[in-house]
Amino acid sequence: MHPSTRRAGLGVLLAVLVLPVAAQTTSTEDLEALYWQRQQEAMSRYTQADVTFMTMMIGHHAQALVMSGMAERNGAGPEVSRLAARIANAQRDEIATMQRWLRDRDLPAPEVRVDGARLWIRGGLDVHSMHSEGGMHDGGDASAMHAGHDMGDSDDMSDGHQGDGMGGHAGHDMGSASAGADGARPGEVDGTALHAGMDGMLTQAQLDRLDAASGTTFDRLFLDFMIDHHAGAVTMVETLFDADGTGQDEAAFRLASDIQVDQRTEIARMEQMLDALGGPVD
Amino acid sequence: MRRLLFLLPALALLALPASAQPNADSRIQMDDPRVGLAAGLFDAEESIWNLRLLSATPPPADFVGVTNSDLAFQGNYAIQGNYNGILVWDLTNPAEPELVTEYVCPASQSDVSVYGNLMFVSGEGLGGRLDCGTQGNEGRVSEERLRGIRIFDITDIRQPEYISNVQTCRGSHTHSVLKSPEDDENVYIYVSGSAPVRPAEELADCVAQDPTDDPNSALFRIEVIQVPLADPASARIVSSPRIFEGLTAPESHGMAPADVRAVEEAREAGKFVVYFFGQDRVLPDGFARQLLQQMVQERGGSGEPTEADSTLLRERLPAMMAERFGDPEEASDEPRPGPDQCHDITLYPEIGLAGGACEGYGLLLDISDPANPFRLDAVADTNFSYWHSATFSNDGTKVLFTDEWGGGGQPKCRPDDPYEWGANAIFTIEDREMTFASYYKMPAPQSAQENCVAHNGSLIPVPGRDIMVQSWYQGGISVFDWTDAENPTEIAYHDRGPVDADRMQSGGSWSVYWYNGLIVSSEIARGLDVFELVPSEHLTQNEIDAANTIQFAELNAQGQPAYDFPPSFALVRAYMDQLERAGMGSGGEMEQGRQMVDQAESASGAARSQMLMQLADAAEQRARGQHADKVMMLVGALRELAMAG
Repeated sequence: MHPSTRRAGLGVLLAVLVLPVAAQTTSTEDLEALYWQRQQEAMSRYTQADVTFMTMMIGHHAQALVMSGMAERNGAGPEVSRLAARIANAQRDEIATMQRWLRDRDLPAPEVRVDGARLWIRGGLDVHSMHSEGGMHDGGDASAMHAGHDMGDSDDMSDGHQGDGMGGHAGHDMGSASAGADGARPGEVDGTALHAGMDGMLTQAQLDRLDAASGTTFDRLFLDFMIDHHAGAVTMVETLFDADGTGQDEAAFRLASDIQVDQRTEIARMEQMLDALGGPVD
Repeated sequence: MRRLLFLLPALALLALPASAQPNADSRIQMDDPRVGLAAGLFDAEESIWNLRLLSATPPPADFVGVTNSDLAFQGNYAIQGNYNGILVWDLTNPAEPELVTEYVCPASQSDVSVYGNLMFVSGEGLGGRLDCGTQGNEGRVSEERLRGIRIFDITDIRQPEYISNVQTCRGSHTHSVLKSPEDDENVYIYVSGSAPVRPAEELADCVAQDPTDDPNSALFRIEVIQVPLADPASARIVSSPRIFEGLTAPESHGMAPADVRAVEEAREAGKFVVYFFGQDRVLPDGFARQLLQQMVQERGGSGEPTEADSTLLRERLPAMMAERFGDPEEASDEPRPGPDQCHDITLYPEIGLAGGACEGYGLLLDISDPANPFRLDAVADTNFSYWHSATFSNDGTKVLFTDEWGGGGQPKCRPDDPYEWGANAIFTIEDREMTFASYYKMPAPQSAQENCVAHNGSLIPVPGRDIMVQSWYQGGISVFDWTDAENPTEIAYHDRGPVDADRMQSGGSWSVYWYNGLIVSSEIARGLDVFELVPSEHLTQNEIDAANTIQFAELNAQGQPAYDFPPSFALVRAYMDQLERAGMGSGGEMEQGRQMVDQAESASGAARSQMLMQLADAAEQRARGQHADKVMMLVGALRELAMAG
């Protein structure tokens, strides 16, 4: 199931499908069958970059859930509370969409769990080793793959990411993440450590600092961090569209475009809000 | 801006009314008949109110399973965009639309417009090709890729001829066609593209950097294409107006009427109200206590503040705030980062205005010089996520913006989704400035399997009222009255259950527009739906008949046409119905008036004119009180009808 092979196959299939059909005589049942057939076909039209994007973006979005979840308990102002609620709502939905996108293609989808300032991730493709081996893993226990990544081997962190294009998914250093400790459930790994180094991802220390802040200080930190976090997502979309053959899949193109547009818009709004609050916390 | 730092504690205390809290919102109606409809692609359960479904026609085999998008109209034809190309339907018999053209030419979103013998189609997605091929484009750079506007000759609409295209840096997500009253030789296309900027290797001079880094940036601008009618193949970009430059926008819309009332009530209750960041705000009790204590200390006293301290504080408060935090008016004049693209622009050439729905802002543009639009006003709204499209009232005194929160692919009408999010925001326009009035969201909560948010719609030309029909994706279509900008009310709807019971499968109404008596909806998954209005307590047959006297030769909803009612008995009766609904004409007066109208209709020539004139005179004498304007509309309609013979 190498993606490029599947896409070539689909090209032939589509070429056949657009030949003139006696539309008037097609029954509703046949049309419905065609409809579902096309939904299936559309699912095979993706590249590795699309898969990497979806897998990584789930983790990236999940951190926004961690941050947004802090707003209420840390006494955020009404504007930031409203913003956080909307971000949480939007990103939760988009995570579900991306998980479904992966599952629809028989690919493992990461599950995310927010626990206070901690982010736990279970399952999902090991996007990192996918690149080094030039092919996709066929599902399996992806968390084991994550966890099995030479914990503490710092060489591995910078290895093989040149072609990754996502700003480095260099966080397989489980040594610092204390996998299995600090409230992780079976099969879960520390999502913050897993995605460390990705554009806009906060470190656990930054998350803890945000969670320790309250009131207006929280608002300013939240906005400051979330602007960077969103900018990272925008970069990820730009990187995705910069790869050959990506975004041919309509669902991926639309989702990625929507994420980019929404987050750009929100960045502009957050910059205003931050401005009005006197700028970033030093 | 630095001095605003001191403002922080105060800001945190100056709480806005918590109007956007989810749940328990009476405007979201859990007992609505649209809740819980059974799923199905072509056999979903339906709920319909004050509409009649004349036909529901599935897409043809080459297009089924591919997204149906926007609509344009010409003559008896509806042109339907589809990510796989273009469909043309003959609506001569709306109960059985006839598919007369299937033109395969893939590209999202296939937004369509017509002008005379020309058809314009948007291409944005990466798979669109110059040769309309279905194979897509493999590379990140491709000579075959089309992202921009395709131009077709539709002299024979059954045989569209692809004559040219104009490539743009961000492709065309949507576009709007402008025919200026001042220019008969050209039409103009305003292109909005929200996708990433294409590489310069693919299209020269496309720059993705921020304009501060590179002034040629394709961001922060729209494209204006000029199409010479004598030689449409020579269409080209003539300007890239940076309508967002130096944008100063408020952080949120002006206060909603309920917020204004809350402030007034607080004022009456003796609380401290201060003008702050562009609006009146209630000083929180804790903060007020601090300031009162300060009054006490300044006079060298102690203990509880007195009435005199309170009075003194009231007098000094504005100056104290200005002294401590700076003049908020001055601060708000500083430029802030603006949006970098519009999603859609609705042009209303008859009034020389356009409504730009541009990411985080709603813009009011002056378009009297088509190639050089400029911004008149901008509004933002903390409840709005993504400004998507605009519709003006026919008289241009109001504009309605939609918020396509989540991009249209997400379920944003669940019971817990706030009423204000993913809704419409209605503004009044006075002296070319916009003032927020209210929100409207289709009130029936939808399942998590239904993508739902405010989307495209158009006015239904009911005389004397502002009525709109609008798509809500799988939330169905909603017809609502927004004559009273502060109290929009739903008057008709149609909805289906989800496409799939178990998972969110994209579907629902992408666009729904009123066109010459029909309400035509482009259903993303299910094809083309055609409706007509059914009379109800909210809309009479006379009002429907009067609306149907408006006949457009063609319609692009984003190039909004002004309409003017021809004299008709339906128009006269529609106004009488509206007066009666408002409680006018008691004691048999209205009945008497109606009989006179019936008699005039049976009469002819001079007799008819005389009867109508007499009735107009009699009505004019009753033109006083709160319905005087409506009575004068009736008087005008009667006199015009009399003169029409």
